[in-house]
Amino acid sequence: MIKAILIFNNHGKPRLIRFYQYFAEDLQQQIIRETFHLVSKRDDNVCNFLEGGSLIGGSDYKLIYRHYATLYFVFCVDSSESELGILDLIQVNIIQTHVFVETLDKCFENVCELDLIFHMDKVHYILQEVVMGGMVLETNMNEIVGQVELQNRMEKSEGGLSAAPARAVSAVKNMNLPEIPRNINIGDINIKVPSLSPF
Amino acid sequence: MALKIVKGSIDRMFDKNLQDLVRGIRNHKEDEAKYISTCIDEIKQELKQDNIAVKANAVCKLTYLQMLGYDISWAAFNIVEVMSSSKFTYKRIGYLAASQCFHEGTDVIMLTTNQIRKDLSSPNQYDTGVALTGLSCFVTPDLARDLANDIMTLMSHTKPYIRKKAVLIMYKVFLKYPESLRPAFPRLKEKLEDPDPGVQSAAVNVICELARRNPKNYLSLAPLFFKLMTSSTNNWVLIKIIKLFGALTPLEPRLGKKLIEPLTNLIHSRLVITLHRASVEKNVCLIGLVLPIVCVCVCVSNAVLISLSSGMPNHSASIQLCVQKLRILIEDSDQNLKYLGLLAMSKILKTHPKSVQSHKDLILQCLDDKDESIRLRALDLLYGMVSKKNLMEIVKKLMLHVDKAEGTTYRDELLTKIIDICSQSNYQYITNFEWYISILVELTRLEGTRHGHLIASQMLDVAIRVKAIRGFAVAQMAMLLDSGHLLTGNMQRNGICEVLYAAAWICGEFSEHLDDPMQTLEAMLRPKVASLPGHIQAVYVQNAAKLFATVLQKHEGATDSQAAQDTSQLLIERLPLFVQSANLEVQERASCILQLVKYIQKLQQKDVEVAEEVSALFAGELNPVAPKAQKKVPVPEGLDLDAWINEPPSESESEDEKPKAVFAKEEPKQSRARHIEVDEKELARRREARKQEQANNPFYIKSSPSSQKVYQDAPGVEHIPVVQIDLSVPLKVPGMPMSEQYLKLEEERRQKERADKKKKDKKKKKREKRGKGKRDDSGPESEEDITPAHQVDIVTEEMPENALPSDDDDKDPNDPHKALDIDLDKYVPSAENTLHKVTVCMLHAEKQGDLSITRHFLV
Repeated sequence: MIKAILIFNNHGKPRLIRFYQYFAEDLQQQIIRETFHLVSKRDDNVCNFLEGGSLIGGSDYKLIYRHYATLYFVFCVDSSESELGILDLIQVNIIQTHVFVETLDKCFENVCELDLIFHMDKVHYILQEVVMGGMVLETNMNEIVGQVELQNRMEKSEGGLSAAPARAVSAVKNMNLPEIPRNINIGDINIKVPSLSPF
Repeated sequence: MALKIVKGSIDRMFDKNLQDLVRGIRNHKEDEAKYISTCIDEIKQELKQDNIAVKANAVCKLTYLQMLGYDISWAAFNIVEVMSSSKFTYKRIGYLAASQCFHEGTDVIMLTTNQIRKDLSSPNQYDTGVALTGLSCFVTPDLARDLANDIMTLMSHTKPYIRKKAVLIMYKVFLKYPESLRPAFPRLKEKLEDPDPGVQSAAVNVICELARRNPKNYLSLAPLFFKLMTSSTNNWVLIKIIKLFGALTPLEPRLGKKLIEPLTNLIHSRLVITLHRASVEKNVCLIGLVLPIVCVCVCVSNAVLISLSSGMPNHSASIQLCVQKLRILIEDSDQNLKYLGLLAMSKILKTHPKSVQSHKDLILQCLDDKDESIRLRALDLLYGMVSKKNLMEIVKKLMLHVDKAEGTTYRDELLTKIIDICSQSNYQYITNFEWYISILVELTRLEGTRHGHLIASQMLDVAIRVKAIRGFAVAQMAMLLDSGHLLTGNMQRNGICEVLYAAAWICGEFSEHLDDPMQTLEAMLRPKVASLPGHIQAVYVQNAAKLFATVLQKHEGATDSQAAQDTSQLLIERLPLFVQSANLEVQERASCILQLVKYIQKLQQKDVEVAEEVSALFAGELNPVAPKAQKKVPVPEGLDLDAWINEPPSESESEDEKPKAVFAKEEPKQSRARHIEVDEKELARRREARKQEQANNPFYIKSSPSSQKVYQDAPGVEHIPVVQIDLSVPLKVPGMPMSEQYLKLEEERRQKERADKKKKDKKKKKREKRGKGKRDDSGPESEEDITPAHQVDIVTEEMPENALPSDDDDKDPNDPHKALDIDLDKYVPSAENTLHKVTVCMLHAEKQGDLSITRHFLV
């Protein structure tokens, strides 16, 4: 069984957390801090397995992690999981699927921290197709990608969470609005708004 | 109305979405908490709106905030609302939030039952999928009970996507609602042969999880799994099945016999190939490596068990093969392979220690590895590899590492391992306890370890249980008490001062072995002791009294009454320091003993011999009691512990009782009233007593020279400037024994013994020796040849009479898997069903030609 999946960056900031056993929020944060502390002091050329996290589980549990650029992917698993299998799962299924899904969207070329930061929900949805309730659900990457794609398509057909108007607005907001209004005149708005949004 | 809608959508335009929230948090690095609290206020406003899209957006943001550690349980009801939206987009957000923050204590969960049931039967497979995924995270016993049937129907859904999720979630349902296991099991078994590999793998996954805890109930599935193992190409499934067989073989030895051939083949083929690949393209081809490693472990444990039961001739060959392959892994430069090799080794070690012991050099080498995980693994292996012969050598190596280790966690781990290794199976491997005591004393040099109490309990245990060592132990402990290096440093953080607890107790209890009890007594009453933790001070005080008794006896034996009186005087001077301790235990013991000593002093002044009586206070041996002894006391026949001793008082009776109780309370009041008429003398005496009490009370401002001052005036100690020495080099305390010298001594002793023995052997068994020579090749001497340095009598811990040694009390009563220990072959509700199942399984078994399993069914 997998007890928890944690993704955090080189400074210990959580980017995705998924516990398969209930912990209160403050305890979750404590676990993240402890795990980060354990993992971050290890060199990159040592092995990817770590025993001795005291907060989750105990002696039967171990941490299996991978470090990619600025991100740590940490799985906390018990003895029924195969160590190399989980390592492989992290690499092939989570990272590559992510890259794959995102490239299909023509959004990102490579997995990087920023995608995770801004699309935490999407990463969760991918993860849900790989691991369910602490057990590995699917290891075939094509299958995972296919299911995620179909679901995304369905979301699009429903218009998505932020339908067209909201998107346009967020584009406006991206222009750092608080600065603009001070020295703006009406003429400017007349020019800008039509070009911006397909209302 | 129209206006309202327009207004709502304009408002919506300026709602933040998840990306805006994240961006905002990133832009407010300095006042993040403040920014988030305003965001939460906004979210609360959004949740109040009727628009479900706004709500979903708000819940999505809450999920992000939950990750940052904010409690979002207040929005649980809104999450349920979003979950019940008809749109997949929103539903998915709702279920995600629910799976992140719902748990058994969430009260709105019971509102979700019908919604989830509706989603489970939705025509859209992704609605069902999302509901299943969410449910797998927050399923409660109630939900499991109510939805078990719905999920069971989903196990035969037309879409494999739903089938695999339904199969997998059944494990969670079983855990929460064990009654569902029996009706669901036949269908679960069917899924093992599902045409879709994903469903098959999910079923294997669930059964493996179940069988891991209660393997014997799943023995009947062995033929099925055997077929899967030989036919499946999915590595994940293979790993799970092989792990399952690992749990099953101990129960059915013949199974192992069948497995050995395919597994050996796998080791041969896959490991060679993958190792080759690994060296070519490191880290890339991990998937191929997954399998063989596991094979190796399981195969070995199987092989060993088979060899034990049926004595197959080629078992040692396959174990040798495994160990050799593992050695290749451990020697590999890839750290992950090294780790897994060591992990697998430890599994072999459990059943077949001999074949691993020959690789001791390799394991010791791993102790020098830069990676802590690998060092810990190697340590773990060492635990199983020690013998009488190599214990001292291994511990010597470990001691070197203790000195070198930089991190405290690793050093602490080393320390516990050293103690574990030495004390395992009742000190089985220790031949020289003097050596062990000196190792323990050396370990006290570690600053800042958390395991002071561990060392202390070992010292106590050895000193109590090994009678022959007491003299030596007492001398060492006296030295520890005397040297005082343990007293320096930060007491609160420094756990090592726990050792003084043991030292003081041993010196007190076995004080007859002390050379100079007076010196130890003085050491124990030093003012600096008052800075130790309370429980240690308490032991100091109590044992000072024991030492006092010994000293008295010594002096009176030598008719040196002046020296005896000096000793009493010393105690009377020093004990007040402890009387004013903040710790109640210390205070109580100290004041008790102080009064006792005062009385003794009075008697001494009258030239009365007191030593005999004082030592009678502490006479008698304290025997070790086994930790489980109390639990093991058998209940005498005819005694019912749950029965009432008296008739339980009824409600009305207790009310009747009340006035009586009041009456009883009044009585002492009267007697106290009588006391009030006391004479002047008594009053004066009491005034004196009160003054005395105030003098001893640290919270009173005193007029007379306080005892605090007495402490400061204590002879000489305060005037000695104490310089804190920060030594990075381990402190070699002069006079302390070095364990190394024992190593040499032991070597010499053994050599001498060997020489003696040889002489004898030569005389007696000249001919027999030839045949023996071959066996002796493995080492210079065989295990049995080493005799302990001195007659060691390890006192066993006391157990009550009639107590039966049993392991049943080791099990955790709260283990959820206990409820799942259901014999699935027996007591199936409908008889028809049973018959069908048995025949099906028998057919399987016959196909495989495994008679033992057929027999298993017929029993």
